[in-house]
Amino acid sequence: MINSILLTQALTVQTWTYILVGITFSLYIGIAIWARAGSTKEFYVAGGGVSPLANGMATAADWMSAASFISMAGIISFAGYDGAVYLMGWTGGYVLLALLLAPYLRKFGKFTVPDFIGDRYYSNTARFVGVICALLVSFTYVAGQMRGVGLVFSRFLEVDINTGVVIGMLIVLFYAVLGGMKGITYTQVAQYCVLIFAFMVPAIFISIQMTGNPIPQLGFGSELADDSGTYLLDKLDGLSTDLGFAEYTEGSKSLMDVFAITLALMVGTAGLPHVIVRFFTVKRVKDARKSAGIALLLIVILYSTAPAVAAFARTNMIETISNQPYATVPEWFKKWETTGLITFKDKNNDGLIQYVADKNKNELVVDNDIMVLANPEIAELPNWVIALVAAGALAAALSTAAGLLLVISASVSHDLIKKMINPKISEKNELVAARLSSIVAVCVAGYFGINPPGFVAATVALAFGLAAASFFPAIILGIFYKRMNKEGAIAGMIVGIVTMLYYMLKYKLGWFDDVLPNKSEWWFGISPEGFGSVAMLLNFIVSISIMKLTPEPPKEVQEIVELIRIPSGAGEATH
Amino acid sequence: MAKNKPKAYWKENIRYLFILLIIWFIVSFVAGIMLKDVLNEFKLFGFKLGFWFAQQGSMYVFVVLIFIYVRLMNKLDKKYGYDK
Repeated sequence: MINSILLTQALTVQTWTYILVGITFSLYIGIAIWARAGSTKEFYVAGGGVSPLANGMATAADWMSAASFISMAGIISFAGYDGAVYLMGWTGGYVLLALLLAPYLRKFGKFTVPDFIGDRYYSNTARFVGVICALLVSFTYVAGQMRGVGLVFSRFLEVDINTGVVIGMLIVLFYAVLGGMKGITYTQVAQYCVLIFAFMVPAIFISIQMTGNPIPQLGFGSELADDSGTYLLDKLDGLSTDLGFAEYTEGSKSLMDVFAITLALMVGTAGLPHVIVRFFTVKRVKDARKSAGIALLLIVILYSTAPAVAAFARTNMIETISNQPYATVPEWFKKWETTGLITFKDKNNDGLIQYVADKNKNELVVDNDIMVLANPEIAELPNWVIALVAAGALAAALSTAAGLLLVISASVSHDLIKKMINPKISEKNELVAARLSSIVAVCVAGYFGINPPGFVAATVALAFGLAAASFFPAIILGIFYKRMNKEGAIAGMIVGIVTMLYYMLKYKLGWFDDVLPNKSEWWFGISPEGFGSVAMLLNFIVSISIMKLTPEPPKEVQEIVELIRIPSGAGEATH
Repeated sequence: MAKNKPKAYWKENIRYLFILLIIWFIVSFVAGIMLKDVLNEFKLFGFKLGFWFAQQGSMYVFVVLIFIYVRLMNKLDKKYGYDK
């Protein structure tokens, strides 16, 4: 018996992790060398000739970050129904992107989002506001990714978390600086394959274990495999209420807040520069539409699995440890306890683990991130599966970090240097500037990864709020409202962003009061996470009101708008 | 005539957007959020229906919506000769 256990465990999790991470990293580096960028067009938009399928895969990897891969299922696991805000918010945004933005921005045919803002609103002030927004959004986002890389390294390879961040920086630096968008695109294609495989394998294993159904999306709504005839979700509702939590399928946020957060995340998704810029890399308008569809399909494979994983993990966890003696907990419990992601304090000294909703009696605190990372261990899956999760999490974090770094470097070298400071810069020098600014950006991101500001978690929500409050209305109005002028757009963006920042600082970080203001003081009962929708509305209102009071945009600009609306051929028609 | 072509194209495009976005709104904000409690009275296998829309169904519809849009627009482009 012991012999057979030794045999199956011959390769430890750590060895497997080294093998899998080693293979995937060599792959990324190989692709980077193959796909070097030789011109600014290749560096910024991969030469503009990426196929819709490759772009869809790259967009999916670009979009699914460490947060989607590691944290989302865990958050849903603890939030139950309320977790739907992320599921609907982060997928519904693609409908807006595909229908309202991507085709027109592709037709416009520029390199960056501030580029569109600057040209459409015939103003360098508008461009500058765009650059500031792009930098703010991207930096807040990228810090979290580097932290994710460090976490995975330290957890699975037992290296120091800072060493992990530095290794991650070097890899991203290598392919982002060398290959620009071209290198990033093809590594992201590989990273999508790695991350989706790594996410699905354990999910399928666990689904079979718990419900006998190999498809997690169906297993999630099936009866338990224990022949009790009980549906998994009914069981979980029961377990949750027994422990004093809200029913899993009901949630506890107010309807208004769920609505506002979902809307803010959708609109924010559609306004994120690192996602939008991916649609500049395809050949035709038609390809932009199609690749948005492919991207969402590929994203939904993971996003529809995540809530299933969440429900499995939560049921499994409650059943394995609730009311069990601490002395006999499984090995994974002790292992994660040493990392501080699980903490147990025996308040009533009975030696049992009380996991209940009542904060005074609850003895167990479990970090969100564990649900995905420890899930294979909790379900006692083979070592290679556990190691696979590590490689997948790294792929998710690295692909997103690279996309964000490109936005940062393009904003600096293209929008600031080429378009505003030194328009006469040669193509060769602009390329040097682009590479230098991505090196600086990686270093700054790494610094934040090693010294994470306390508000990193809060700033991810801020990034969506900012994108919703600034870019989304400016781009939509720029396409769908010919009369929209620079005065309106600039005023709208500034008012939107400032209001959003103020609300976040006041109600999320408590900067303006001695203590963080209570929920009851929220405007309309909307949380800071959902406030992006209010700030977005405000942007629309301000933009349109100011526009009515100021002169209409020049004829040439109105003609550009008409051209954007026609997918092809119209370009030549103006000659 | 040639002058009206872009306008007519744009009008049809807007009509498609309007219809598709109404569906987008209904499956997520209406079925998954506002009418969640009502729909939860019904069950789809082990799922309460409102919960299913919020955590599964709306996403599937989103994907389908984009592909319908792609098809509609490809046809529209062809009709107006904008597909070249």
